[in-house]
Amino acid sequence: MTMMVIRRVLMSIVLIFVSTLTIFVLMSLVPGDAAQTILGENATPQAVEYLREQLGLDQPLWIKYANWVVGLFRGDLGTSIYSGEPVTKLVWARMGVTFSLMVGSTVAIALLGIVVGLASALREGWVGRSIDAISLVGFALPSFWIAIVLVAVFAVGLRLFPATGYVPPAAGVGPWLNSLVLPVAALSLSGITVIAKQMRDSARKELERDYVRVLRSTGVSETRIVLLHVLRNASIPTTTLIGLMAVGALSGAVFIENVFVLPGLGSLVTSAATRQDLPVILGVGVAFTAIVILINLVVDVAYVSLNPKVRQSR
Amino acid sequence: MKTSTSRPRSASLTRALNRKPLGVASAAIIALLVFAAVFAPWLSPYDPLAQDPSVARQGPSAAHWLGTDLLGRDLLTRVMFGGRESLVGVAEALLVMLVIAVPVGILAAYLRGAFDRAVLSVIDIVMSIPTILITLASLAIFNNSMLAAMVTVGVLASAAFTRVFRSDVLAQRQAPFVQAAVVTGLPTWLILLRHVLPQARGTILVQASLFAAAALGIQTGLSFLAFGPPPPAPTWGGMVAEAAAAIQSFPWMFIPTGGVIVVATLAFGLLGDALRDAAAEQVQQRPMPSRSRRAVDTPRTADDDAPAERHREALLRVRELSVGFGADEPLTVVDRVSFDVGRGEILGIVGESGSGKTVTALATIGLLGRGGRVTGGSVVFEGQEIAGDAAGNKAAMKNVRGSGIAYISQEPLVALDPSFTVGFQIVEVVRRHEKIGRAAARARAVELLASMRLPDPERVFRSYPHQISGGMAQRVVIAKALAGRPRLLIADEPTTALDVTVQAEILTLLASIRDETGMSIILVTHDWGVVAETCDRTLVMYAGQLVEEATVEGLLRSPRHPYSRGLLASDPHGARRGDILPTIGGIVPPPGSWPSGCRFAARCPMATAECSQRPIPLVATGTARVSRCIRVGALVEEAQA
Repeated sequence: MTMMVIRRVLMSIVLIFVSTLTIFVLMSLVPGDAAQTILGENATPQAVEYLREQLGLDQPLWIKYANWVVGLFRGDLGTSIYSGEPVTKLVWARMGVTFSLMVGSTVAIALLGIVVGLASALREGWVGRSIDAISLVGFALPSFWIAIVLVAVFAVGLRLFPATGYVPPAAGVGPWLNSLVLPVAALSLSGITVIAKQMRDSARKELERDYVRVLRSTGVSETRIVLLHVLRNASIPTTTLIGLMAVGALSGAVFIENVFVLPGLGSLVTSAATRQDLPVILGVGVAFTAIVILINLVVDVAYVSLNPKVRQSR
Repeated sequence: MKTSTSRPRSASLTRALNRKPLGVASAAIIALLVFAAVFAPWLSPYDPLAQDPSVARQGPSAAHWLGTDLLGRDLLTRVMFGGRESLVGVAEALLVMLVIAVPVGILAAYLRGAFDRAVLSVIDIVMSIPTILITLASLAIFNNSMLAAMVTVGVLASAAFTRVFRSDVLAQRQAPFVQAAVVTGLPTWLILLRHVLPQARGTILVQASLFAAAALGIQTGLSFLAFGPPPPAPTWGGMVAEAAAAIQSFPWMFIPTGGVIVVATLAFGLLGDALRDAAAEQVQQRPMPSRSRRAVDTPRTADDDAPAERHREALLRVRELSVGFGADEPLTVVDRVSFDVGRGEILGIVGESGSGKTVTALATIGLLGRGGRVTGGSVVFEGQEIAGDAAGNKAAMKNVRGSGIAYISQEPLVALDPSFTVGFQIVEVVRRHEKIGRAAARARAVELLASMRLPDPERVFRSYPHQISGGMAQRVVIAKALAGRPRLLIADEPTTALDVTVQAEILTLLASIRDETGMSIILVTHDWGVVAETCDRTLVMYAGQLVEEATVEGLLRSPRHPYSRGLLASDPHGARRGDILPTIGGIVPPPGSWPSGCRFAARCPMATAECSQRPIPLVATGTARVSRCIRVGALVEEAQA
């Protein structure tokens, strides 16, 4: 188990370098840069050249990247070209919102997906068919679209939740949770349907297995067979997929935070992209990768502790 | 199959798709959207940028079919023009994805080795990169270019799809026609081009369609966030953003703008699904045995009701038991079988696969799998009816399971839940039947394991099923079955999956349990050695019917049915080295194709014309034995000659 964690962490470090290096290489491919952007189209070439030197943009690619990496290890991700604020500070300030969204969605995806999937495994007919239909829709529809529909129905129509905005937990846990309900719903809907489908398929497979027949023959109650034996075994393949859905929710947050005007990493990186503020994009990239690494670790631990075969062999 | 070395015709995928109305409709919608986008300048009724404040914020009308937007621009026109940007974006991402993923996936699967390993590790890394961030970065770097963004999406997505294509080709690589091409010495690139690529076509189409749906989501999402062409240029995502901003004051605008995205996304997704189903159907186009024919009606005879030996103290009494599979018109698999099991008796049920012996055994404990149910007859255990769908009978069956009748299956290793320890699973059953505390239940479980002659019951108790051997697992399964102190154990081929030496130990164990506790056993088997060693009495089943019933001694010494005789003759136990084992030619007729006369006649060396004319009743052929054969006389004579 320790070996596995170490391998995962090493792999993740490689991942951070690959994704950031990709961005650096892309940057070097195009003419024009932040200096030009800051000063505008009408700036004199001398002024642009001066600013380029100031920002270190005139150095070769590998030196720029090496400097960035050294900074990364010191906890210094540079400063925003747009606002001049340290990137680390910007990212930290917005980490909480995105992290709450992601944790909330993952919990919703896991719980509801498993409950709905298990229920439909036990009932044939229209429940199963509607899950098929909804899961196709849920998988296919872009999350920003779902978000708008949710806002129209639950915020504008029924006035149950705020349409936009974020209330920090410091201002009260109730309002904080209330401000998260719709964004989390928009982020988790597609994941719930995917997990429900997977859960239904694997639960059906488990129900056909010999051990279930033998358990029934011993008189153990059907409820116990389903909620203990089938649930546990069907959860093993589902765990990995829940991890993938959590990573998907993280990407979805980029769109969702804009719909709901939430001050998270997603809205930060979108505005950074419109302003061509690459240090901020890189900083959010590091934060996103760190969250992905965390998700993967949690999933691995869950997978191993659910599955005695893996647990014993490590 | 005769055609196995020729490539299946690829045109049939289109034909299979034609049978899917949803798929055809989806393809038509995509074609319509593309057509409308391409010819928008000629087809659209208005200028996409022309504002007319006098008609702003209107619902659908004759002049504006989809209404107008906040500035009075015609929405139908803007939707048609907006499609250009979105569909071109999807095409760009799709093209890039396919250009990378198809050749790399096919080559990785075909070349294997170092190239394959390198590809796989690159895929692993690329798949973990947060796609949306790199896409936003490339938008920033390439000056808000949607082309750059969609190319980035295509490149990053190609990793996952390379993996899909790779595993598809890997599966195809062993196909006979590819192997045949390799043998004929065709150069690798030609094999890939002529044989492998066309076969992968189905998978490629399915994945391309599903990816198009995802890419459309990203493209519209980005334009929703105001990336790509700035306003007033019409984009699907941009229009949704405008509609979202005015959702309270002018909700109509979201219907056509959000709607077109939904319709397009669903069309791509449903087309992919339909293609997948069509491809799957292509694979399994085998003729299925017709299930319409029901069991052939046999006239009832008095003998059918009378098993050979009436035990005064029958523990289990099965009468005219029939089992069918399927919902509407069930296919009969077990046809009016009657027998008794006495207390302390070990009853064998023998027959080839397909004879219905396992289904008969499972029906007596109500454990038929999905689709199977008792369609007639009765099962009475200790005087109580337990078969059938009536509520009382169902409740009785529930009570009987584990405490009255227990069951052990063929494959001990899969008969235990892999996720829990052996001890947990036995304690679970003990506590189901006895209201005792944890510690007492644990002690009883260990005691049960010890009575199974397991060398280290404490260690086995703590083990997971994958940590013990097949023989140990079968002892654990028996211990679990005995935990509720049942009077009858149904053992379905309990030794088939085990080593020969272990087989004998398990049989000895079962016999000694019977001797010690007086428990009855139904032993389903195809092994005469097992019957001879363990059973008191035996049923022989063929094609869903009971064909002979006799004591083991009587049956082994002089079988009274040609099928029993054939089975005995083909048994390797009595054969001498060098003997050629006689076998019964032909196969058991599958359910649904049973003849109306003797079901064994087609394979029987003694069959006469009369055998096939009418159903054969069970007749008594001596003390305590019955046979379903009208040639018994000849059979006995032949044996004596």
